[in-house]
Amino acid sequence: MHPALSVIFLTTLIGAGQGLFIALFFCELLAPTATTPGFLAGGSALVLLLCGAGLIASFFHLGHPERAWRAATMWRTSWLSREVIALPAFMAAAFAYGVAHWSGAGHTLLIGVVGVLLALTLFICTAMIYAAIKVLKEWAHPLTPVNFILLGSASGMTLAAAYAGFAAPELTTALAQAAVVLTSLALLTRGAALVRNARLSPASTLQTAIGIRHPRIVQKAQGAMGGSYNTREFFHGKSANFVRTIVPVFLVLTFFVPLALVFSLPLLAFLAQYGGLMAERWYFFAEARHPQNLYYQGKS
Amino acid sequence: MTQLALVIDLNVCVGCHACVTNCKQWNTSGAAGSLTDCNPYEAEPNGTFFNRVQTFEVGSFPNTETVHFPKSCLHCEDPACVPVCPTGASYKRKEDGIVLVDYDKCIGCKYCSWACPYGVREFDEQRKVMTKCTLCVDRIYDQSLPEERRKPSCVLACPPGARLFGDVHDPESEVSVAIRERGGYVLMPEANTKPANHYLPRRKTALKIRDEELYRSDNPHKIDGAPFDKDLPPTNEELN
Ligand code: SF4
Ligand code: SF4
Ligand code: SF4
Repeated sequence: MHPALSVIFLTTLIGAGQGLFIALFFCELLAPTATTPGFLAGGSALVLLLCGAGLIASFFHLGHPERAWRAATMWRTSWLSREVIALPAFMAAAFAYGVAHWSGAGHTLLIGVVGVLLALTLFICTAMIYAAIKVLKEWAHPLTPVNFILLGSASGMTLAAAYAGFAAPELTTALAQAAVVLTSLALLTRGAALVRNARLSPASTLQTAIGIRHPRIVQKAQGAMGGSYNTREFFHGKSANFVRTIVPVFLVLTFFVPLALVFSLPLLAFLAQYGGLMAERWYFFAEARHPQNLYYQGKS
Repeated sequence: MTQLALVIDLNVCVGCHACVTNCKQWNTSGAAGSLTDCNPYEAEPNGTFFNRVQTFEVGSFPNTETVHFPKSCLHCEDPACVPVCPTGASYKRKEDGIVLVDYDKCIGCKYCSWACPYGVREFDEQRKVMTKCTLCVDRIYDQSLPEERRKPSCVLACPPGARLFGDVHDPESEVSVAIRERGGYVLMPEANTKPANHYLPRRKTALKIRDEELYRSDNPHKIDGAPFDKDLPPTNEELN
């Protein structure tokens, strides 16, 4: 698949935002004395900033962003529609959580629980957009939602540690420890997905695609000279070498650099992890081989 | 329940692209249009088409066969593209099974094209909406056309008649009979979308003639083209 920058930004930004919100909630729950309303309200603002940026990025993916409201209508069948509802709902909860802390209105834990549930729902909706496409075997697996949850939570927790470094230093160590746990877990599950996908064999072949049972079939013409939507949307357009090098790059940036730096330089750890996640998401798209590509063998 | 579909005979298709151009012409000037053309007169011409013809070579030289393979939306009975659409722009008509896109609702998120295994949906780069074969829904019911012209443009255009159109749920329709009697099959059955369109396979049309079939009892030369052979048995005429 062609990795679209807008979708890479959307999924990584809101993932970090959701993870940060979960981190804030657990700070309030587990260390009520160390957290100040200012820290939590500021953190909620950061959550909204990340999700808002993700939302703006997502509009660049649409041909008709002015009709985006229509995307909320088919929630009964479409995970994309569910995400379109879950994202603003989560942002509203984060907003209410921040305002409740800032104004001292109370009920913050209750709003927090709702927000955490919405954050988890949003993770699942986002991931299921990909996992629900049965023909993309690389994505259609429970590891996809697990990875979205863990990777988003890990980056949010690292960001929380970095944020606490400025706003609530006594929480930094605990948050960094949580970030290490989540990042390690994410390394395990993302690694598992890498191993699984490397061993996948495609369900469809050129033989089933055109219905001719002969071992040797070569495509001579693909029905267009100057390319088509099919050659643009479903191919990453980079060399196999480039795709291969992305894997160690994202593994180091997403997992090993943050694990090494989160206690000493949490902000740098977050920036590295975020960059790593962008590479991870790029690879997530690039490694998915769409069966329609069988009809476009002239394209690598 | 009606399920309209195309049945394409790969044994007949000559790869002339008449269906491609007629599809483009009809749909770009009709209700589904216009179909964008980018760089039409420059390098890398490309654009939106609802139908494409591809060419494959099967086998190794000298035992090769060229197979021309027309490819358009298969109007699946369980279309993967429909439930994923967040706006309801993609839908399947109950009355005749045609899968359509409502251009006024489509937000151009392209999600449907990811879900379709066949790569037959094309995003229109100028109109910014998803497009695909409409089974010429704006022709096949048009009462102002004579009845025999109420068929998809591609079907009418096909010079050797490789494209059949009809209701695959009606066992007596031309398409159902063709599927049944000429080995009709669907593409990528493993994708479980139950395509309505079917393809008819290539058939070897070689005629095997044995030597004894060439023996002409009423021909003094006995065998067509062979010189007279006095050792051959006499013909009926000679005996009488
Ligand atoms: S061929 Fe693709 S676009 Fe057409 S109905 Fe089937 S899944 Fe949908
Ligand atoms: S591109 Fe249009 S038709 Fe396709 S899923 Fe998105 S809104 Fe629906
Ligand atoms: S049925 Fe109509 S829209 Fe579909 S491929 Fe044929 S001419 Fe094109």
